[in-house]
Amino acid sequence: MSGSSRVAVQDRAAFLRRPEHRLLRVAALAGLVVVWEALTRVGWIPALFLPSPVGVLTELGEMAASGQLFVHLGASLRRLLLGFAAGGGAGVAVGVMTGFFSRADAVGQPLIAATFPIPKIALLPLLILWLGIGEPSKVAVIALGVFFPMAINTYAGVREADPLLVRAAVAFGAGRWSVIRKVIVPSALPMIFAGLKLGAGTALLLLVAAEMIAADSGIGFLVLHAGNIMDTTKLMVGIVVLSLLGLLSHWALACCERLAVPWRHT
Amino acid sequence: MRVIVDRLSKTYRDRTGRELAALVDIALRVEPEEFVAVLGPSGCGKSTLLGIMAGLLPATAGQVFFEGERRDGQPLTATVFQEFALFPWRSVRRNVEFGLEELGAAPEERKECVARFIAMTGLEGFEDKFPHQLSGGMRQRVGIARALAVDPAVLLMDEPFSALDAQTRTLMMEELLGIWERARTSIVYVTHNIQEAVYMADRVVVLSRRPGRVLDVVPIELKRPRHEGQMGEPAFVHAQERIWGLIKTQAQAALREGRA
Ligand SMILES: Nc1ncnc2c1ncn2[C@@H]1O[C@H](COP(=O)(O)OP(=O)(O)OP(=O)(O)O)[C@@H](O)[C@H]1O
Ligand SMILES: [Mg+2]
Repeated sequence: MSGSSRVAVQDRAAFLRRPEHRLLRVAALAGLVVVWEALTRVGWIPALFLPSPVGVLTELGEMAASGQLFVHLGASLRRLLLGFAAGGGAGVAVGVMTGFFSRADAVGQPLIAATFPIPKIALLPLLILWLGIGEPSKVAVIALGVFFPMAINTYAGVREADPLLVRAAVAFGAGRWSVIRKVIVPSALPMIFAGLKLGAGTALLLLVAAEMIAADSGIGFLVLHAGNIMDTTKLMVGIVVLSLLGLLSHWALACCERLAVPWRHT
Repeated sequence: MRVIVDRLSKTYRDRTGRELAALVDIALRVEPEEFVAVLGPSGCGKSTLLGIMAGLLPATAGQVFFEGERRDGQPLTATVFQEFALFPWRSVRRNVEFGLEELGAAPEERKECVARFIAMTGLEGFEDKFPHQLSGGMRQRVGIARALAVDPAVLLMDEPFSALDAQTRTLMMEELLGIWERARTSIVYVTHNIQEAVYMADRVVVLSRRPGRVLDVVPIELKRPRHEGQMGEPAFVHAQERIWGLIKTQAQAALREGRA
């Protein structure tokens, strides 16, 4: 059949759109907690294996009130921040140097390639031997864990810097250090932040491991100790705090990135 | 400042060792306070020539000399890049400020100078925008302002008005001629546009297709200050035709080569 007719244009790409579904996101999380609480209420799962969310929250409140929580949290945060700052700072410095100077690259590359695959936690006994059982060995193992992703990411970011922009800076009189400060580092910032996010995960992992192996304070110690005395509620408090710590560090880094890399977000 | 380009050659060599001759035996002089346009087909090595003059690329053979007096702290050259080369992490204001920063100018002096050149290039109201928030033509003007702000002895411009609409381009050409007449710098101005070259330059250097050689140097005998009315004058038309004659055979040959 032929003939003329009028056809309205349909949005044929509608099914490709991905709306955010905020409500669904919240519901998923709330659903998990509700199912969990229900399971424990019915009594199918003994509280020893899985304490109820309400019980965990109550315990959290009590530990906060008694100050016990903050002793452990404080000890963990201190190790985390010190290790993160030391490892991150050294990683960025080494990444920039090896990325920019060919001699530093020639020396640094093979060293990094040789030491990078070592699981850092395996070095803890050695670090304890060198630095003692106290804080320095724990901070050092975290610093080591953060150092490698930072150095490798920063290196990649530096190598990716647009040579045209480097030449433009030189054309306007920039010397070596000026180029590094005003072109290389800003170019590498997005990669540096990607490294920081990777490093944050590694740091948390190493923190808990180190505190389980050799500590008498910290969230890792809390979790292990609670497990040993079969205090599952306290154990779950530790796990919840760790998960919040991970979320918080990711969120804080994302905020810093938005401030430090404004040309990527507007 | 006088620029002497002495039998300059440039051969690019890639990682596999293959060679590509971009420039062969270029000799030319830019006299103090002279405006020289460099014209040639795409890929003939114009940007390469400017890069070598700016000290950003090594030459394979030959040399470039600068001769003459310079004010204290005046940079030898400043470049307007064909690809703009703005720093994406710097606002318009801070991009324009870049060269002044490197020269070690005082903050108040920088601020005053930046404001002047932002106004001159019609970028007022966009000082705090980042390059990705600007149109192509605006980005190009930021690049021009950045180079003008350092007041170099020799200004190297690589197709500086290519992204501008015809009207803005005419205005910017007049503006540039005004600046040049006041500052009395030497200018090397790379372009594809014959009319633009004849309108602005004292001499037009015509390059052959790749590898670039100097085909001819055409002097433009038009009175200054230049104005649009001169575009109908016999001297203007004659220069334009002469250059077109040189370019045409080159372009045709290049096109034939491309088809073959
Ligand atoms: N970094 C490089 N490595 C290898 N070859 C290059 C490089 N830069 C340019 N070339 C080659 O050198 C030749 C000249 O390039 P150039 O950019 O100087 O040309 P141009 O005259 O500025 O062209 P256009 O008018 O299109 O800007 C071209 O054939 C190009 O392929
Ligand atoms: Mg070019």
